[in-house]
Amino acid sequence: MAAAPFSWINPEPHGIHIAPADCWVDPSRPVDKALVTHGHADHARGGHGQTVATPETLAIMELRYATRDGATPVEYGETIRLPGGVDATYIPAGHVLGSAQILLEHAGERVIVTGDYKRRHDPTCPPFEATPCDIFITEATFGLPVFCHPPIEEEMQKLLERLAAHPDRCVLVGAYALGKAQRVIAELRRAGHTDPIYLHGAMEKMCRLYEEHGVDLGELRLVSDADKDEMRGHIVVCPPGALNDRWSRRLPDPITAMASGWMRIRQRARQRNVELPLVISDHADWGELTRTIEEVDASENWITHGREDALLRWCQLHQRRARALALVGYEDEDD
Amino acid sequence: MDEFAALIDALVYTRSRNEKLRLIAEYLRATPDPDRGWALAALADGLDFPAVKSSTIRNLLKDRVDPVLWTLSRDFVGDTAETASLLWPAPGNEPDPPGVSETVELLSALTRKSVLTGLPKLLDRLDASGRYALLKLATGGMRIGVSSRLAKTAFAQAFAVSVDQVEEYWHGLEPPYDPLFAWAAHGQAPPDIENLPTFRPFMLAHPLEDTVVDLADYAAEWKWDGIRVQLVRAGEETRVYSRSGDDISVTFPELLDVLPFPAVLDGELLVRGSTQGGEEGGAASFNALQQRLGRKTVSKKMLTEFPAFVRLYDALLIEGEDVREQPWTARRSRLEALMARLPDSHFDISSVVEARDFGHLAEIREGSREDAIEGLMLKRKDSPYIAGRRVGYWYKWKRDPLLIDCVLMYAQRGSGKRSSFFSDYTFGCWNGDPDKGADLLPVGKAYSGFTDEELKKIDRHVRQNTINRYGPVRETEKTLVFEVAFDSVHESKRHKSGLAMRFPRIHRIRWDKPAHEADRIEALRALIRD
Ligand SMILES: [Zn+2]
Ligand SMILES: [Zn+2]
Repeated sequence: MAAAPFSWINPEPHGIHIAPADCWVDPSRPVDKALVTHGHADHARGGHGQTVATPETLAIMELRYATRDGATPVEYGETIRLPGGVDATYIPAGHVLGSAQILLEHAGERVIVTGDYKRRHDPTCPPFEATPCDIFITEATFGLPVFCHPPIEEEMQKLLERLAAHPDRCVLVGAYALGKAQRVIAELRRAGHTDPIYLHGAMEKMCRLYEEHGVDLGELRLVSDADKDEMRGHIVVCPPGALNDRWSRRLPDPITAMASGWMRIRQRARQRNVELPLVISDHADWGELTRTIEEVDASENWITHGREDALLRWCQLHQRRARALALVGYEDEDD
Repeated sequence: MDEFAALIDALVYTRSRNEKLRLIAEYLRATPDPDRGWALAALADGLDFPAVKSSTIRNLLKDRVDPVLWTLSRDFVGDTAETASLLWPAPGNEPDPPGVSETVELLSALTRKSVLTGLPKLLDRLDASGRYALLKLATGGMRIGVSSRLAKTAFAQAFAVSVDQVEEYWHGLEPPYDPLFAWAAHGQAPPDIENLPTFRPFMLAHPLEDTVVDLADYAAEWKWDGIRVQLVRAGEETRVYSRSGDDISVTFPELLDVLPFPAVLDGELLVRGSTQGGEEGGAASFNALQQRLGRKTVSKKMLTEFPAFVRLYDALLIEGEDVREQPWTARRSRLEALMARLPDSHFDISSVVEARDFGHLAEIREGSREDAIEGLMLKRKDSPYIAGRRVGYWYKWKRDPLLIDCVLMYAQRGSGKRSSFFSDYTFGCWNGDPDKGADLLPVGKAYSGFTDEELKKIDRHVRQNTINRYGPVRETEKTLVFEVAFDSVHESKRHKSGLAMRFPRIHRIRWDKPAHEADRIEALRALIRD
């Protein structure tokens, strides 16, 4: 007797469960067998028996959790066979280094879990590939029509202009340590900025890891090795949490900037005491989310990880089947 | 409009007060008349365009954006103007921004009908920043962290004049303040306000906190629980101003023909009664005064049921003589001498509280709750009357607040800086024994009294314990106890619990306390004093 369609894939509060393989996608608590889309902490937790992910994601997890136990690498485009007749294929998601969508196939049915993704160019990772499927499980971090990320070139321009206008100060850019920081640095290089860039100590290892994976970040120096005066007229990159922290007192009169999709909203920028908001995100904005749903054209869309309500509404208005998943533990920290 | 929009954006993202002053001053110097006058008005007091309301903007957007998507966006952004500026469909044309004066002219000419075509035309001429500035300007409150005082200080700084003088002239003038710019920017004669019944800035007090003062240098007065008002008579006209300088004369017509000579007097507006300070106190509770507040027309019945009078604290001008420079003791004797010329139907004087020493005064203050008085004022005997809050001159010494343990029931997103947090809380007390199935009844709302760290924690609690959503409101599990501080509690028909608190704020968050140990309605009811 045939099972009901898609009964093999179940969204549970702690992750998406693939029943025949007894294995989880991005589980928020330790499990025997986990498929991980990318290295951000809200997707990649430590302590699983086996972790299936791209080699880059595994390297990031090793850096964060100091263990390679149970690491099973899968290259982009590679398919691995899971128990119970489930195939998993890892496809670029364009979010951060190593990030993947996971295509799951079973009994002729195709499900994609996007993890986090974006559609813009990113010099640090291969671009998102829209792939046909029956169920499309999409993120919705910036799932509101107010979110429209401007071209990154404009934001780089803003940053470099402010830097040039204040040769006696530095611009301190808050950016998440995994992905955003390296993308901002790589984009500065692409914009022709060749000066040394100074790093908060917490960013060093991840930047080195990116370089080992072939991403050129130019000359990087540590703030802890620099004296105050040499940083005047330069860019300093730190984790968002360090922006208003005592640590920044060692910098020469910093102008506080933050690179994040939330900076589109004035009050969000003010909450962080940001003087120079840079609207730069590694997630799809509203236009990209809706365009992707149209391109993928799945018979059903499952929405998670963010502002599900609005995207659900959009699907309704456009006669697309959709439901919101209530996964716990997702916090929109890695924007 | 481009420069104004750029100024608004820069102000939004500037933390430092000095930098804000510099930005505004620079704009005021560089911008021609009357654009800068309108901009200054918008920053300081907000402009009023009756045809443009927040609801107008909502309606315009709901014709262009799906209403559900609009509401979700508005809830997230926390500000109607900003949401609209972001969601407004990009026009096909290049931006063609109007100047500030042209914008003001166009907005003033709009009617409730023409606004539906006129405002979109304006919006189509601007980019997202311009749209934000336009909508903020059009709906009045800018709410960008610039107080009226800061705007005036920036004006004073721009043209090297005294801010106290600016304050003095301000209330006699109308936007775009041509005489003010003529004086400060173009070196002409100062504006003449002598015969105008204009508002003079109040002198304010600091909280006393841990300071101890010597009663040889300070006089004590009761701090009455009404509203602080300034009564101004000049050019044969009397006006009543509230603490913020709003003209509330229409609400208190009985005070407009009882001051027989030109003067500027400072006092507490109260309603006749016997709650505050007992029989001889002669004043009803704030709750009674509340019946009179905010009315545009006042019925005969209101006037007889809740007759208003002013309990005088101080005098600023007496028959053309400016006494503000004189010490408090001198002003006090001038005021006492005036009382004989004022009808006691509508005036009395706030008596000085006699105490042997500071400790004795503290005892007297302790007793003030029984008399339903807010607390004490301490005024240095040699203090001149100075606009604003000056350290060391006047102190307010409120009695300690009342406290009660309540349970969080609903949370709503805040506005402004807190728009992405659930920061407005409705809490309740038990209507019986919670172990025997009693329910919580809402008793109040608060959105202050906690730190940013605590706010984040409560916000997380709300998100993780939501049991129902009603638009922007979340109903939570009834598990979190707040110790709520408040000044007093009164009967109220507006609330299901029949009670309303005055100035409730979160005093402590009792993460440790089980909800069933929170207080019952009876405990709160027992604290009523009127
Ligand atoms: Zn991510
Ligand atoms: Zn994520």
